[in-house]
Amino acid sequence: MSRLPRDPRLWPALSLPGTAWLLLFFAVPFYAVAAVAFGQSDALFGLAVPVWNPLQWQFDDLADVLQRSVTGDLRPVFVRTFVYVGAALALCVAIGYPVAYYVARMAGRRRGLLLALILAPWWINYLTRMLAWINLLQPDGYVNRALQGTRLVSQPVDWLSGNPYTVIVALAYGYMPFFIVPLFATLDRIDGRLLEASRDLGIGAAGTFWHVTLPLSRQGLMTASAITLLPMFGDYYTNTLVSGSPSTTMVGNQIEFYLLQSQQKDVGAVLVLILSVLLMALMAYYLVQTQRASREAT
Amino acid sequence: MSAGRRRRPWVLATLTWLYVAWSLVPVLIAVQFSFNDGRSRTAWQGASFRWYWGDPFSSVYHDPSLRLALTNSLTLGLFTLLIATPLGTAMALGLTRWRGRASRASNSLMLLPLATPEIVMGSALFIVFTQLYTVIGLGRDAQLIGHVTFSISYVVVIVRARLLSIGSDYETAARDLGASRMQAVRTVLLPLLAPSVFASAMIVFAASMDDFVVSSFLYTEASTVTVPIKLYSGVRTSPTPALNALATLLLLGSVLSVVLAWLVLRRLRRGQAAPLQELGVTEV
Repeated sequence: MSRLPRDPRLWPALSLPGTAWLLLFFAVPFYAVAAVAFGQSDALFGLAVPVWNPLQWQFDDLADVLQRSVTGDLRPVFVRTFVYVGAALALCVAIGYPVAYYVARMAGRRRGLLLALILAPWWINYLTRMLAWINLLQPDGYVNRALQGTRLVSQPVDWLSGNPYTVIVALAYGYMPFFIVPLFATLDRIDGRLLEASRDLGIGAAGTFWHVTLPLSRQGLMTASAITLLPMFGDYYTNTLVSGSPSTTMVGNQIEFYLLQSQQKDVGAVLVLILSVLLMALMAYYLVQTQRASREAT
Repeated sequence: MSAGRRRRPWVLATLTWLYVAWSLVPVLIAVQFSFNDGRSRTAWQGASFRWYWGDPFSSVYHDPSLRLALTNSLTLGLFTLLIATPLGTAMALGLTRWRGRASRASNSLMLLPLATPEIVMGSALFIVFTQLYTVIGLGRDAQLIGHVTFSISYVVVIVRARLLSIGSDYETAARDLGASRMQAVRTVLLPLLAPSVFASAMIVFAASMDDFVVSSFLYTEASTVTVPIKLYSGVRTSPTPALNALATLLLLGSVLSVVLAWLVLRRLRRGQAAPLQELGVTEV
């Protein structure tokens, strides 16, 4: 590349249309969110009026929503979001790690097949996968019939109206494939000779896992968690589909409600900003950790 | 897990196969029920194509809203592909060769959509189309613009990976033989890039057909319905196996385009490992 002389025109010109598109339809929309969140309300109808000049921004809405989130009616929503997402992530680790480990290091002849099978859900529409479970979890669906067949329950279980466990398992089910694949990639890259050396040195299989494999897969675990946490924190459709009850409302549901179903677009915009800041903090933590890890590696 | 590699992998093997069954069998059952002869989505009543075209009122072919959802999704996917692929390819070429601060800024702007949760992007687009770009407004055009916006980065990432592996030798050779820079791009680079451009186009098509959040935030009226929106609203209101048939058709569409992309990318690097990374990283 260094032998090519710099061209002052062609390369920037090629990047220009895409860059302009992203400025217009990615950067400006974020500015619009801020303009609505820090804007004014129409005195008559309470409609949100955006304020485009940042010098005139007001932060009443922000203070109000923050106060509601810390002590008011939005507090349970945030707590619930963290609990559900945390529990779903724990399920992803508990099931996803062993699966990724097995496919990456022990599957032998079946490796190709298993890899295709764990990749398949990436390309099956998320809503289709939820629809599939909703069919199974109907009062007269296969799950309840199986449970009644084994006489574990006498009445069909009501899975689909406000059951928090269904929401957590559905979230884990939905995002598990995105957790397993990056973890697989990391576990796959671990040098087998390191594991052999560790076993030869006599710390045993358990010790090898604990002192060699797990530390070496730390980065993969972080990437997998970041990839799953980002969409899970903003998820609203899973919740609506498998529960639809106010008793399981998450932050995403509130954003959807305020933006699409109420007149208080400003509250929705503030919630989008709060969620974005939360997730940016998460990403920043992830990036710092990744850089530290790569610095240690060199 | 702590059980050694040689002694008892069967615990892990069982867990893995159970997971695979858990993740895929429900979808297979849902596909099976799209061929149900009866109205039920929970009891099997014999096989037929009733919900695809047999039923004169509520099959995918005859129910106008289901048919519209399907044509809308296909059209949206096609136009997204036609706009995002050239924009992304040009941007990949430019960003790979262009150095400097502006290039780095543009590169960051390109990477950001990949790390932006759908709901944040959907909300931002909703707000901008209702408050600022009111000339366009919500609806089909906004949906198309939204899909292109999240697709450009996929194209850039995939095409750039190929560009970096080609290097600049061929281009330099063409320049030494007297081609202008633009000619070198057109006659040497683009043909070499063609497979990855095609693969990224297929992935953009699949991602666009799959999208629910952005389409639904920019949805206005019944005429802008897409398959995922129909699935979402239909699950709780009008559950017939026609919904399963619609989901099966969507599945078929995305599987076809991804398999096509995969085959092309595999031919590109025969003898090497499958380009999982390139297919994988795209849906972050």
